[in-house]
Amino acid sequence: MSVPTTATAEAEAVSSNRVSAIIRRFLGSAAGRNIGLVVALVILVIVGYATAGDRFTNVANILTIVKLASVTGVLAIGMTFVIIAGGIDLSVGSVLGLSSVVATLAAVQAAASGFWPLMIVVALAVGVLAGVVNGIIIAYGKVVAFMATLAMLIAARGFAEILSNRTTQTVNVRGFLEFSGGDLLGIPTLVWIFLLVAAAGWVLLNRTTFGRRTVAVGGNREAARLAGINVKRHTVYIYALAGLTAGIAAVMLAGRTTSGTSTHGTLYELDAIAAVVVGGTLLIGGRGTIVGTVLGILIFNVLTNIFTQNNLNTSVQAITKGAIIVIAVLIQQRFATRGSRKE
Amino acid sequence: MINVDSVGTLLEVRGVTKTFAAVRALNGVDLSVAAGEVHCVLGQNGAGKSTLIKILSGVYTPDEGEFHWQGDAVTIAGPTAALGLGIATMYQELDVVDGLTIAENIFLGHELAAGGLLKVSEANKRARAILQRLGHGELSPSREVGSLSPAHKQIVSMARALSRDIKLIIMDEPSAVLDSEEVRNLFRVVRELTSSGIAVVYISHRLAEIREIGDRITVIKDGRTMASGLDVASTPTPELIRLMTGRDVENVFPPAVPVPTTAREVLRVDDLAVKGIFESVSFSVRQGEVVGIAGLVGSGRSEILEAIYGAIKRTSGSVSLDGKPLRAGSVPDAVGAGIGLSPEERKSQGLILEEPIYRNVTLSSFARFARFSFLNERSERSTSRAQLEALELRPADPDRAVGLLSGGNQQKVMLARWLVHGTRVLLLDEPTRGVDVGARAEIYSLIRQLSAAGTAIVVVSSEIEEVLGLADRVLVLADGDVLATVDAGDIDEPGVLDLVMKGSAA
Repeated sequence: MSVPTTATAEAEAVSSNRVSAIIRRFLGSAAGRNIGLVVALVILVIVGYATAGDRFTNVANILTIVKLASVTGVLAIGMTFVIIAGGIDLSVGSVLGLSSVVATLAAVQAAASGFWPLMIVVALAVGVLAGVVNGIIIAYGKVVAFMATLAMLIAARGFAEILSNRTTQTVNVRGFLEFSGGDLLGIPTLVWIFLLVAAAGWVLLNRTTFGRRTVAVGGNREAARLAGINVKRHTVYIYALAGLTAGIAAVMLAGRTTSGTSTHGTLYELDAIAAVVVGGTLLIGGRGTIVGTVLGILIFNVLTNIFTQNNLNTSVQAITKGAIIVIAVLIQQRFATRGSRKE
Repeated sequence: MINVDSVGTLLEVRGVTKTFAAVRALNGVDLSVAAGEVHCVLGQNGAGKSTLIKILSGVYTPDEGEFHWQGDAVTIAGPTAALGLGIATMYQELDVVDGLTIAENIFLGHELAAGGLLKVSEANKRARAILQRLGHGELSPSREVGSLSPAHKQIVSMARALSRDIKLIIMDEPSAVLDSEEVRNLFRVVRELTSSGIAVVYISHRLAEIREIGDRITVIKDGRTMASGLDVASTPTPELIRLMTGRDVENVFPPAVPVPTTAREVLRVDDLAVKGIFESVSFSVRQGEVVGIAGLVGSGRSEILEAIYGAIKRTSGSVSLDGKPLRAGSVPDAVGAGIGLSPEERKSQGLILEEPIYRNVTLSSFARFARFSFLNERSERSTSRAQLEALELRPADPDRAVGLLSGGNQQKVMLARWLVHGTRVLLLDEPTRGVDVGARAEIYSLIRQLSAAGTAIVVVSSEIEEVLGLADRVLVLADGDVLATVDAGDIDEPGVLDLVMKGSAA
């Protein structure tokens, strides 16, 4: 039988165990993981202030950081849903390029001269259409998401090149430029769009049946199917949502660069995926948060800004980003295996 | 039966403790296994059996505890160390690699090779010899394991253990995936192993099996050894149940309530067929009636439920509810019409283990808790809590992760899901698989209550006793054919087996 111990020693052991268990459980929970990200972000801000001083902390610079973060940020919100549902979408950067090209075609711009929001409608429609194609191929064609969206990545870029004749199409619709380049209450429109998309994403994920289905499909696809959820149809919706965010991001990028081109959004999908994963969403699906994704995006963009402010080598920056991804995933795995173990 | 004292102790374990994140999984386990015996470890779900197995096989490191192997103090530092001592483990979740051949699986980790090159024909030859010893000479060593049935995969797992020089095999619920016929073969193999001096640690819920194959029993409850080295033959069943549960349980089926002759027909299945699996199955279920389906694994019993439910697409025939035909192959339609399925594999097919209980309870009906797609989680929680209380699931905390619950409580969550949904036809596939003795009686009485309240129920189980104990009428199935439809009172277990054997032979 077990070695006899004094009652007090046992009680102490139990209580210290309990405290560490509470801490572990908290750090393992969604809010706890986000606290870790907030701490990481605060450390980065301190590093930024220490190395670049006012150049880093002034309002204009902060707005620049968020503005630059906003395009991949919007993609990352859509990507969060895809990854929580147990999928992946490699095509969003490429679909962004295609959407920007279609929305800035001479014919579209001519039609939009009287009604500039038409460009936005076109961009979003192209994004959603590409997403629906992805979703149908994945859900009904039973092609793994990685391959289906890789194919779309390649093909969308090709379509964009044909449509644009490999040229950069300049935006000359004044209403569109005024809208996308404008600001409200001193905050750039692009940042507002990112905030709105993030807020809508949070509500959609946490408060609606759509979000519940997404988590169920990613948490246990077969259980969701046998519970009566139409898993295939929902899969199409999720990729359509990712396509929609690619369309929104296309509007933002076309506004920021005042152009549409087939090379817009190149490799953005990887930045979005990295932010989602660093933000605590499990790549195997079933668990993730919008707040985490936003923090993940901010961490990467603050890091980039610190490097720029200090005139540091972009190669070193790339290495640092790589290290952050590995560290974040290592930390996640440690917590992911705790708490869920039984017997 | 062997005389334990004369053979000497092979493995002696004392005072094992193990804590996971403040949860005491083991709290003083003692175990003593003699060479050549079948030592059964008995305990409810959550008692700590799996943790003990993983410690013995080197997967987990214990916090405390002494280990003696053939009289010498040892530590089991890892899976390789356990195999080095001569301890092999057959896990409940079969740990075979589907993409490799039988022979490759058998020699996984200790491949036969010379100078880095695999000796394929040598491996196949030796694999065949081991398979023959296990009574399965018909399995070709070069066959891919993915194409095998669970029973045959288990044979491969056992062959892997035998391919090493082992003295002790741990079998974790080996009969869970087997039918009575296959269990008989398993017992034959176990007897052959013990007669050559190998000890078997046998984990099972099923007392009848332990009676048949075991020599001695160790009972574990709440991570502690309650009794060790009990003689199988002389320890009465009530005593074992009392040790396991800490209370007296009458493991009987609640008395059947006769279905009134006026009860309406709810579910009607006509000439249902799924090509290659079963043909022309017809039956109907009235309000408050329980229909049981008995048959071997592979007889198509689970697939009948899945075809009714739309989880697999029927190739012909019809299914109707209250006279209204159901579309083939659509689960949402079936659920919408009022049919619910509790699948065979609760963990992989039924529940989202990481998610809280209430989300698992409302998984089929959460849309009803939403207004304009916005969920009202408070009402989901309170509805779930009320249902959990009605099913006596304690604690009725809707926010606990469902993966932390015992098998019996997980089954209650599945029942709660369909009760909340308001299902009128309940299809239960293996309702007590992985459910311990104490909770079984509760599940049985819940099923009775549901049928008494008017739910039409179809039960499939590999335990014929369970089908007979629960059902009003029984369909006996073999190789996809319905051999007979009989009133449960008119047939007994040997009678069903007799039918099944004859049907399979024909």
